[in-house]
Amino acid sequence: MTLETTSPEHHGPVEDVEVRGHIIDSLILPKVLDCITTAGGSFRIKHITIGQERSDPSFALVEVRADTEDALQAILGQIADHGAITTSGSDCRLVEADIVGAFPEGFYSTTNQETEIRLDGKWHSVAEQEMDCGITVDPKTNAARCVAMSDVALGMPIVVGHAGTRVFPLERAQQDHAFAFMNSAVSTEKPKGVVIRQIAQLLFDNRNGPGKSLLVGGPAIVHTGSGVLVSELIRGGYIHKLFAGNALATHDIEQAMFGTSLGVNISEGSLADAGHEHHLRAINRIRRLGSIKAGVEQGAIKSGIMYECVKNNVDFILSGSIRDDGPLPDVITDALENQRLMRAAIRDVTFCLMIATTLHSIAVGNLLPASVKVVCVDINPSTVIKLNDRGSFQTVGLVTDVEPFLRALVSEVKRLEENK
Amino acid sequence: MKIANWQLIICNHHTHQFTIFNLQFPPMSTPHLLMCPPTFYGIEYEINPWMNKSRQADHALANQQWSDLRDILEGTGAVTSEVEPVEGLPDLVFTANAALIYHERALLAHFKNFQRQGEEPQFRTWLETHGWQVSYSPAGMYFEGAGDALFCGDTLFAGYRQRSDAAGHQQIGEQLGVRVLPLELTDPYYYHLDTCFCPLTAGEAIYFPGGFDDYGKKVLAEQIPHLHAVEEAEARSFACNAVVVGKTVVTNTGCPKLHELLRSLGYAPIETPLSEFVKAGGSAKCLTLRLDGEEAASWKE
Repeated sequence: MTLETTSPEHHGPVEDVEVRGHIIDSLILPKVLDCITTAGGSFRIKHITIGQERSDPSFALVEVRADTEDALQAILGQIADHGAITTSGSDCRLVEADIVGAFPEGFYSTTNQETEIRLDGKWHSVAEQEMDCGITVDPKTNAARCVAMSDVALGMPIVVGHAGTRVFPLERAQQDHAFAFMNSAVSTEKPKGVVIRQIAQLLFDNRNGPGKSLLVGGPAIVHTGSGVLVSELIRGGYIHKLFAGNALATHDIEQAMFGTSLGVNISEGSLADAGHEHHLRAINRIRRLGSIKAGVEQGAIKSGIMYECVKNNVDFILSGSIRDDGPLPDVITDALENQRLMRAAIRDVTFCLMIATTLHSIAVGNLLPASVKVVCVDINPSTVIKLNDRGSFQTVGLVTDVEPFLRALVSEVKRLEENK
Repeated sequence: MKIANWQLIICNHHTHQFTIFNLQFPPMSTPHLLMCPPTFYGIEYEINPWMNKSRQADHALANQQWSDLRDILEGTGAVTSEVEPVEGLPDLVFTANAALIYHERALLAHFKNFQRQGEEPQFRTWLETHGWQVSYSPAGMYFEGAGDALFCGDTLFAGYRQRSDAAGHQQIGEQLGVRVLPLELTDPYYYHLDTCFCPLTAGEAIYFPGGFDDYGKKVLAEQIPHLHAVEEAEARSFACNAVVVGKTVVTNTGCPKLHELLRSLGYAPIETPLSEFVKAGGSAKCLTLRLDGEEAASWKE
């Protein structure tokens, strides 16, 4: 059982302590809490996990507060005798993985926030920050990084418990400064012009900066006739990476080859004869050529998003799904391999635009550290809300139709170019 | 007493050297106790309220009391092994503190007082050469072996504050995969758990309530179905520091009420004078380490 608790803001010096073991049956937890209140302090149980089996340990992360620093230290000293250890005052515990592809019990589960761990009395920042992972440490260099459950190797040292770990959540103030337009996360009713101008500015700033811009896109981009707009952004150097599925690439190539998307004539909106076959013929043609790149180089694809990606050296990762036709030869069908490639590709991403895709957006949202600014655009509010609920303050949601959004974005980017 | 003799021969394939360990193991069902003759025993320092360097132990009497205890224990059917005494390590006689035994594993002690830390390698060597898988207790934590960690049923009751650390006990529980209930020892006279608590069987134990705070007393009452309190006067005579072998319970002299209670419960109590060891804050249980697991530990079954 896991319980997260929250309470209103309090003031005064504060420290997190970890109490673990059979803390309920042994009355250690009530005793620690009694100690805190008897000494004039206050506490908040931030997280508690109760063991299921009789031999399973339980775990509590308790925030301790007191009026003064001296009073807090006195309380911490007292409760330390009962095994309540400050998470910042001790080294982290490392346990070697005893099973391939699984963490040791009690592993520290990561957030997407900047994290540090303490080893030999020194704090080390955790690289490749990603939520829902574990932390491993290189025994030679003490370098720490996040590691996914599926990537755990036998004997890999894994951080266990909260002791010797600390998290630096992005402060709201800091985030206001960095991403000023995010006042309410999701809105259908606020003027979008200002928001789109800000997004254009971010893309513009990133164009030549060290940070990269990533587009996560769904096939609706093509269905709505917005492919040309994305192509324009790619040509302008605003998109450095593309994550998509088989569908976006397929319909984009279908349009390049037949002028249709799912058999619908993009320019006229009419149904083409035998149009339902177009996307299959497109996939088949690319499979015969071996890759999208080969299709572009051999003249089979002469326009569209994928064409521009190949021509402008935009890295793309196409992820497979069980409902895919074909799929295109570039589509990666191993889900774990996909995650690994996406993880490697996002390391230098500082801005991510997610357009008209639910599951893909969530998958990428899970991989991104909280410091990456994310804009999620979808006609369906629930997609936008889901992304926002991933716990990143840096996610901004826009509930709008894709085509007008992209049209406005392209014109804002052009305006910035002209005013340069 | 029949003892099974084993020779463990380890061959190093690189050097072609053979290491031979002579293992003398009693059969699995035979109680097996580790003791250390009091050759170098004495009150050489003061690390608990019982110790007073001006109140020395009578060496000849200590030797006699120790031999008598060993004879009584062997008379119950137990086998004893001895760790070699070392000059300068007077408390090496208190083998209960060597380690916590769990199946074939021995979790080595790390003593709080530097005066006793020299005992750690002695116990480690003995346990390793006699076939135990020895591992260190949690890093940065003090842990004084079976003196502070006693199984009663499937639960490890563990004393803390005076000598061992509560957080270390919790980590030991995770290492062994057993439930650990740390109990705060509030009276410095009862500085190890085995001075105020003694499991008799998986569901029965004796204890001295004055050694615990209210939380500890409540935990013991809730977890142990048949829990019997020992009076203060007898607790002072180390009534709770008893060696349990089957139904036999061996204690220091001066615990008549406990013995009466034990007899009424179907146990066979035996008393033997251990006054010279009480001067150092130890008695029967402190002088032994049960190598095949305590009588009340349900994992033996």
